[in-house]
Amino acid sequence: MSAVCLYFQVHQPRRIKRYRFFDIGNDHEYFNDETECDTNNARVLRKVANKCYLPANAVLQENLERNPDFRVAFSISGVALEQFEEYAPEVIESFKRLVATGRVEILAETYYHSLSFLRSPLEFREQVRMHADKVHKLFGVTPYVFRNTELIYRNDIAELVADMGYLGMLAEGADHLLGWRKSTYVYHAKQDPTFKLLLKHYKLSDDIAFRFSNKDWEEWPLTAPKFARWVNAHNGDGHVINLFMDYETFGEHQWEDTGIFDFLRALPEEVLTHPDNSFVTPTEALSTFPTTGEIDAPQYVSWADVERDLSAWLSNPIQHDAMRAFFELEPEVKQSKDPELIRDWRRLSTSDHFYYMCTKWFQDGDVHAYFNPYESPYEAFIAYMNVLNDVRLRARAVPPGKRSVWESISHKAHGVLQAIKS
Amino acid sequence: MRVLMYGWEFPPHNSGGLGVACYGLTRGLVAQGADVRFVLPRRYPVADTGAKMIFASEANPLDGEQARRFASGYLTEDELKFLRGQYPELQYGPGLFDEVLRYAALSPMVALAQQPDVIHMHDWLSFPAGMAAKRATGAPLVAHVHATEFDRTGFGKVNQSIYDIERRGVHEADKVVAVSDYTKKILVDHYGIDPDKVEVVHNGIDLDDVAVATIAEERAKELKDAGWSVVLFVGRLTLQKGPDYFLDAAHKVLAYRPNTFFVVSGSGDMAQQIIDRAAYLGIGDRVLFTGFMRNKELARMYGSADLVVMPSVSEPFGIVPLESLLNGTPVLISKQSGVSEVIKNSLKVDFWDTDEMANKIISVLDHPSLKETLATEGGREARAQVWDKVAARCMMVYKKLTRALLRSRV
Repeated sequence: MSAVCLYFQVHQPRRIKRYRFFDIGNDHEYFNDETECDTNNARVLRKVANKCYLPANAVLQENLERNPDFRVAFSISGVALEQFEEYAPEVIESFKRLVATGRVEILAETYYHSLSFLRSPLEFREQVRMHADKVHKLFGVTPYVFRNTELIYRNDIAELVADMGYLGMLAEGADHLLGWRKSTYVYHAKQDPTFKLLLKHYKLSDDIAFRFSNKDWEEWPLTAPKFARWVNAHNGDGHVINLFMDYETFGEHQWEDTGIFDFLRALPEEVLTHPDNSFVTPTEALSTFPTTGEIDAPQYVSWADVERDLSAWLSNPIQHDAMRAFFELEPEVKQSKDPELIRDWRRLSTSDHFYYMCTKWFQDGDVHAYFNPYESPYEAFIAYMNVLNDVRLRARAVPPGKRSVWESISHKAHGVLQAIKS
Repeated sequence: MRVLMYGWEFPPHNSGGLGVACYGLTRGLVAQGADVRFVLPRRYPVADTGAKMIFASEANPLDGEQARRFASGYLTEDELKFLRGQYPELQYGPGLFDEVLRYAALSPMVALAQQPDVIHMHDWLSFPAGMAAKRATGAPLVAHVHATEFDRTGFGKVNQSIYDIERRGVHEADKVVAVSDYTKKILVDHYGIDPDKVEVVHNGIDLDDVAVATIAEERAKELKDAGWSVVLFVGRLTLQKGPDYFLDAAHKVLAYRPNTFFVVSGSGDMAQQIIDRAAYLGIGDRVLFTGFMRNKELARMYGSADLVVMPSVSEPFGIVPLESLLNGTPVLISKQSGVSEVIKNSLKVDFWDTDEMANKIISVLDHPSLKETLATEGGREARAQVWDKVAARCMMVYKKLTRALLRSRV
């Protein structure tokens, strides 16, 4: 039998606007770019909502209504949920309708789509908890399965997540993790048979996410019947085919005119034509199939690039420096007990900020440049460090309890103004 | 492939980038197996490139007396009148234009004696000579544009005579080589050249010719040990290079970072104005004027700086950032420059945006990681820009031209 487990990642960072040295101490709004630039978060979000989230959700809703056996899972970062609420509430509503079918699972992740596990297990736990609360508040469900930022995995992350009570987590089906084994079975974490893992089938996933519209690919054009045949070919060769990809694949990375929505619309029926095939959610897969072996990952593994490591976020000196400076502020920021300050600091933990500073592919003007709203990795670094310096100043400013009467009044007035604005 | 090149200056007696570029390109072409014959207007000692050097003033006189007088610089009024009739653009010209005309007058004799496959002329000073050579021999002509009149004047008061010569040169040439996409755009927009006729060949650099300092200069080191940062400007003090914008940015940086030193290395017609400006801004004690530096001295200066800034108003290419990176110092360059097409790992800014310039200077000085990443990644790009590779692109241009010529003759 072949069970297909579909999981889509939904995430939009809060990109930092052009923030100069002279703004430090004067401007505490870091994410409110209103220009025509790609750092205008509201503008980007509305664009992607119209090109991807809304039409793709409509297709899935249709699919769920037509096929009682269809299942799908999402992980939606907290920063993305927040921004939907602010800029495109209709997206939240459409996700709610999907979840209401009872056949759409929402996974757990860090609220800020962060790399907090790298340095601060405490911050990591808090962000996972925040995310679960947000999901519960919006959708009325509790996540059971965890997926880490960019599918990053290592033995100690699994330990941490298992300790938080999750059933299992998702990871990249990297060749060096599996060796001769196949990603189509369920595995478990090192020395913990109770904490199960679903590994991405990177070949079939990337056929959709990356190769779908590539006319140089010998399999182009990819149709739903053809893809279903590849799924059928796995019969008797495993339990579950894990198709993990960014949701932006539909309409944003692969544009509508490539036929990607028609593909998505036709996929469930084509797969279900074969009597042995089915769809499962991650929770169903983990509770249905037994584990067949242990995965030992002493090094970080991610789903990014050919390297499948952390180098996209953490390889050059500016990335290391920015990461160091960010975590250095944790105690000060948290001691301030200033919710706005803590929120702003956490927004800086989002992995995308570090991704924009990558120089690995900058030389050849690689496709990655497409995802970078800054002119160069250096512009990204400069804006980030200037903002971090402003956060430091705020953390060191007079604590709220010791404010003068006038100061607390003006502080409150500012808060009221902000509330009116939003 | 025999290439007859017409230039104006050559190291070590060069006043700027044109001579350096001609030297590098010639060496690169010789390494590619080309038989390069390089023509200069007059004899003076030149650096060896492996090419045959020809001095027009010593051209073998084909018709005796007249050529001898051209060569000696003495022309009769009638002869000058005749020449000026041929080049109406230059008729109001001062001494420099006469020199350009003499060069052109001697050029056909040189060209006929060398029998080139291709003629290659560099910038307007040698354009009349190159065009005369083409008319005499019928060989295809390449016009190499290192700078236009618009760059030299910062799009201000353009000298009409020079513009006309440039325009005629690029139109009469069979192919135009521009040192950057930036320059190509100026040629298309302001000279009415068909973009298909223009090939971009970025300038290169010679790894073994750039003096690379290993130890920082004693004084600069002392400054740095005492916690000072050093920001360096290298270039002629002229409108084109934007030294005034450098000072304005320095002023803004110093308001936040008083322990910074700004070094201005170069000379030029704006020198006094710039010194006065520093005093007026009240930063005279933080700005150091070194005058014109070259070779070892300059290399040490590069090596001791934390950042080199090139705020040019209009820079067709700009070799300073490459030299700086080879000395391990990162660069902040104006977007109005050709070199920014080659060095992606640099900080870029519009020359007029001195707020942003200051923001970026402060960022580099405050964050050693930024300095290190820019130096490492930028240095890699600079080392890839060697003249050998650049010359290979030029050879392609020649081959296409001569092949086209052969076909048209068949």
